Amino acid sequence: MTVGFVMLVDAALERAAQVARHWAESGCPVVIHVDAEVTKRSYDAFRRDLADLETLEFVETRRRCEWGSWDSVAATMDGAEMMLDAFPDVRHVYLATGACLPLRPVAELQTHLAGRPHTDFIESATVESVDWSKGGFDRERFTFRSPLSSRKQGSLFDRVVRLQRRSGRTRQVPEGLVPHRGSPWWCLTRSTLSALLQDPRRREYEDFFRSVQAPDQSYFQTLVRKYAWRVESRSLTLSKLDYQGRSQTFYDDHLQLLRRSDCFVARKIWPLAERLYSNLLSNDPGVTQNAEPDPGKIDRLFNQAIERRTRGRPGLYMQSRFPLQKRENGESSGSYSVFEGFDDLFDDFEAWLSKTTGNRVHGHLYGPGCAEFAGGEAIFNGGLSDSAAIRDYNPCAFLRNLVWNTRGERQCFMFGPSDNQDITDFIAGDRNAQISVITGTWAIRLFRQKEAPEAVRKEAARLQRIEQEHVRILGADWAKARIRIWPLAEFIEAPMDNLQCILDEIGPRGARRLTEAPRLTDLTGFGRFLQELKNEGMAIHLAGEFSVGRDPTPIVPDSPRRLVVK
Amino acid sequence: MSATSTYRLMLKRHGYQLRAWRRGRDLTPVTNRTQAIRPQDVLAFTTLRNERVRLPYFLDYYRAQGIGHFLMVDNASDDGSRDYLAEQPDVSLWTTPASYRGARFGVDWLNRLQHRYGHGHWTLVVDADEFFVYPYCDTRPIQALTGWLETCGMRSFSAMLIDMYPRGPVDAEPYSEGQNPFEIASWFDNGNYFISRNPEFHNLWIQGGPRARVFFPDKPGAAPSLNKIPLVKWRRDYVYLQSTHMLLPRALNVTYDDQGGEMTSGALLHAKFLSTLARKAAGDVQRKAYSGQGRENRANDTQLRNRPVLWTRWSEKYINWRQLEILGLMSKGNWA
Repeated sequence: MTVGFVMLVDAALERAAQVARHWAESGCPVVIHVDAEVTKRSYDAFRRDLADLETLEFVETRRRCEWGSWDSVAATMDGAEMMLDAFPDVRHVYLATGACLPLRPVAELQTHLAGRPHTDFIESATVESVDWSKGGFDRERFTFRSPLSSRKQGSLFDRVVRLQRRSGRTRQVPEGLVPHRGSPWWCLTRSTLSALLQDPRRREYEDFFRSVQAPDQSYFQTLVRKYAWRVESRSLTLSKLDYQGRSQTFYDDHLQLLRRSDCFVARKIWPLAERLYSNLLSNDPGVTQNAEPDPGKIDRLFNQAIERRTRGRPGLYMQSRFPLQKRENGESSGSYSVFEGFDDLFDDFEAWLSKTTGNRVHGHLYGPGCAEFAGGEAIFNGGLSDSAAIRDYNPCAFLRNLVWNTRGERQCFMFGPSDNQDITDFIAGDRNAQISVITGTWAIRLFRQKEAPEAVRKEAARLQRIEQEHVRILGADWAKARIRIWPLAEFIEAPMDNLQCILDEIGPRGARRLTEAPRLTDLTGFGRFLQELKNEGMAIHLAGEFSVGRDPTPIVPDSPRRLVVK
Repeated sequence: MSATSTYRLMLKRHGYQLRAWRRGRDLTPVTNRTQAIRPQDVLAFTTLRNERVRLPYFLDYYRAQGIGHFLMVDNASDDGSRDYLAEQPDVSLWTTPASYRGARFGVDWLNRLQHRYGHGHWTLVVDADEFFVYPYCDTRPIQALTGWLETCGMRSFSAMLIDMYPRGPVDAEPYSEGQNPFEIASWFDNGNYFISRNPEFHNLWIQGGPRARVFFPDKPGAAPSLNKIPLVKWRRDYVYLQSTHMLLPRALNVTYDDQGGEMTSGALLHAKFLSTLARKAAGDVQRKAYSGQGRENRANDTQLRNRPVLWTRWSEKYINWRQLEILGLMSKGNWA
């Protein structure tokens, strides 16, 4: 009693011959179906090459087996029939291809099967229970006709499906069958296979499956449930699919991974992977050196690859990932904080913030002169230049680069109406951004500059207009950033409370209590200054209501008072 | 896309093909070994001038990667490049004294050769100072990549240019024949590239890196393009438009995912900033060969006289492709 291999071969004939010879010489009968696409010359050479093997037969009717077509199922059945007739001592039939490679000595497979003489190894799950198929429309695969290939005639295929869905014309699954799907690579017992091949209703089933999508993944998988004595729903062949349902290829560098597989055969193998063939195609356990099985490791590798292809690394913009605006999940790769107006209101705010939070605190990154990197550096992480021209050439890319280059570390920077405003839309729509704004603080700077009233009024009007526009965008309904806006007068009411709630969001929850307050800039005479601006004819509304006589005293002057906010 | 714009692009493509055909007549074969090209070979196409000292390492690098045949155009070298290449068994060589600029920096010549010999092959278009890196290039030959791209139905592969530079002044350490240039120029900028999408040809336009930072701090728009699509399953109706930055038909330029996923991509390590550069840049400016991209070269020339140091303390030292992948400069995509 032994296992026989039915091989579907379509390319890389030398490798297929090598594997077929290995199996045949290890005492396993082999039946080979060669695709009709293979030229007569290569086919003849292939047959000649294997002519010396007695337990190796060829299926004479060569079909054109497009991947997932009915013909590949028909070819499989031809091969299986031949196997059962020609080799009566075959108890299990293993379906393989020319791109398969045994991972373990044949003896191990035989022992495994001999211990389970009545078990069919085939991945077979009800259609309802899995989203196994890619592009899945699951049950519809069975109830709709699909005479077309979804891959080759994509749009036409979609149209046919849509048409059927709309017309409601579905068809009945043959009585007694429950649709199942699974990996196309199986190993079935003689009794199951012959029952399947000799079923009086075989014609009826074939007619049905002929127009089912991907019959190679459903025909045997469904029918096996009718005859099998015991189904072990797993494939003995390691085969990973990519996100479009194509088989992944194994290369030389996968050798260690393959040694840890719990499967007996892998597909598909790159034909030029010499190291894999020379290390695994052997019946000597010393050569194959199989290690403790760890199939999870293989799963992880390929799942990560799919994840990388379909979701990518959030916030990364590069040559092969360039998400259109609004499509992707969050615009930048990590959290950052924008502080607007704080450096006008507090003296030395950046140093204080850096000390309190331990984060990297930049000055006005979008300032008119240059990008003010923390510590006044001319070049920053990743080779970012402080040149305003380079930054303004693509302001959003500048910020995304900065956040990407420093991933794992929150960046904080100052912003204000004198800065380049082009990033407003971007930061407002970025859910990684935390934006805290004290409006009207530009007036403090003007107040300190003590310039001619006319110039001050003009500048104030300009800044207020810019800030107003900025605040309007921050308030848009599509804004995703965490945004807090206080008019100056309101912020000053309880500066420490307000700061605390910003910092709570930045730092670990509840970890920090502000013990040292930043120093409020001296605002003596500021109320008067605002009033004079108003007297000049300017309407100031962003700063809030400041009464003339109200000169807020610095909350925490130099005295080292401990401030506890409950 | 409207019918008129399709038509306009088609006319444009034919125009470039005609141009390639005309400029192609300037090429004289030195050794034509294209008979030896096998159907599955990946072909490399290169234009060069006076690169003798670089050639041995260049050829060995790509032979090891699995390139089957090199098709090269020698633009009137006088340093022995031609004789050296003529002796190589896997090189087919053409020569021309015609203007490099007139042939749009060699693109016309190579378009012509690709049209003639590249049809049905994967073709890699690289300069003598560009070294192709792709995911798993340390364990898998280039045929693994092209085979995989083919099963995925992809016809073109993007590899952005990464300028490599030495630690000290560019010309401090002399480059000697056969040496790996990245033993000297082993540093690069990892996070200062800016990208926009070209609405007409749908390619990404990438600028930045050390050249933008050092030579163009005031006019970054003039900084050189770094986006490249050097590897294409060629068909005779394809054309490169500008160096290997973009192609027609423009579907070939869409080597990126715009839904948030990452497609597979590689890099071209650019070993330009070596001791060989100073002499070359001066020569080029004299010949005014480059004056289309002259801004860049004049800038280079002026700067080079000041013996610039491109290195900063934020520079990354090159290790391997995995490092570039982690830094986000290239991607494995779903190739595992």
